[in-house]
Amino acid sequence: MIELAIVWSILLAQVMLALAMAFALYRIIKGPRAQDRILGLDTLYINAMLMLLAFGIRTANTIYFETALIIALIGFASSIAFAKFLMRGEVIE
Amino acid sequence: MRAWFPYPLLLIALLVMWLLLNQSAAPGSIVVGVVLSTLLGWVTVKLQPTQSRLHRLRQIGSFSLVVAADIIRSNVAVAGTILRARRTPTNSGFMTVDVDLENENALALLACILTATPGTAWLEYDRRQKNLLLHVLDIENEDLWRRTVKRYAAGLKEVLK
Amino acid sequence: MSHMTDLPSWAAIVVCGLLLLGAAMTLIGSLGLLRLPSFYDRLHAPTIATSGGTILICLASMLCFAVLQSRWIFHEMLIIFFVTVTTPVTLMLLGQAALYRDRVEDRRDVPHKSKPASEPDAE
Repeated sequence: MIELAIVWSILLAQVMLALAMAFALYRIIKGPRAQDRILGLDTLYINAMLMLLAFGIRTANTIYFETALIIALIGFASSIAFAKFLMRGEVIE
Repeated sequence: MRAWFPYPLLLIALLVMWLLLNQSAAPGSIVVGVVLSTLLGWVTVKLQPTQSRLHRLRQIGSFSLVVAADIIRSNVAVAGTILRARRTPTNSGFMTVDVDLENENALALLACILTATPGTAWLEYDRRQKNLLLHVLDIENEDLWRRTVKRYAAGLKEVLK
Repeated sequence: MSHMTDLPSWAAIVVCGLLLLGAAMTLIGSLGLLRLPSFYDRLHAPTIATSGGTILICLASMLCFAVLQSRWIFHEMLIIFFVTVTTPVTLMLLGQAALYRDRVEDRRDVPHKSKPASEPDAE
């Protein structure tokens, strides 16, 4: 009984996270201006990281958690670079 | 010694983090960790961080509790706003607050706190006029936000000197 | 799923609750990204996903593996630390960039101030 509840709640959480990723993707594609697209990208990588965490809870495999950590760091760097690019038109001054 | 290891606490923290991430205390990973954290210490010198000291540890605890409670409350409020966004249009707007903070670390912390709170977003701080441009999601409680920001600034001023 | 059956039932219920709540917060944040009308409104939406969703899901994972004692929970602590430190920086820079671009384009709905000499080649 408990096992069934765990399986279904992890599945439901993953469905919700996938839907959240779809919303972020819609904002990337639709976004009227460049800053909307970057905001969508930022949200997309955070949602992807949470999805990996859900997989990690499901399988208890350390590699998912390491991947989530790396996504968190690299996504931050890329969003910063994009924001700097919007501000000045150049990444490195 | 000081020239080689400018920030000893940072070095120890980075080394511990490296060892925990590797989940081993083999001599090889200790050597790599020491080399990496020494190099990162030199990089930090290049960044020229302004150093400030923490005062009154008890106040830090109560301040962070207050901030955490505010963030949770504002999370719930903004979630409600988003769920209702289709029926009632959002009532958002820009506002300026006078904030008198000289310390750079205190300003950075204030920016992090305000942006981590879902209802408010930090946009710009004018150093000469000492005012801060914010975007808030419900502009109706403008006075409440203003008081909150001032309270945070006063708290940070006391804790960081 | 073999490791999950070893969880005592109270821990399983708490882990599932935290996980579902975190996923729901993330979904609401992304829904805000979809629904809110202007860019500055949408700037508030991802903070719910990070401050609410990430912390709750990481807490669920930490509780799960702390009770099972099968692996270190250090990764989750680092993820919480990095995400709470880095997301405000991203959103702040993005807000500043949007404000700068809107000012260069002379939009009406953005607060203006005495502009510094702006670069002629911007936009």
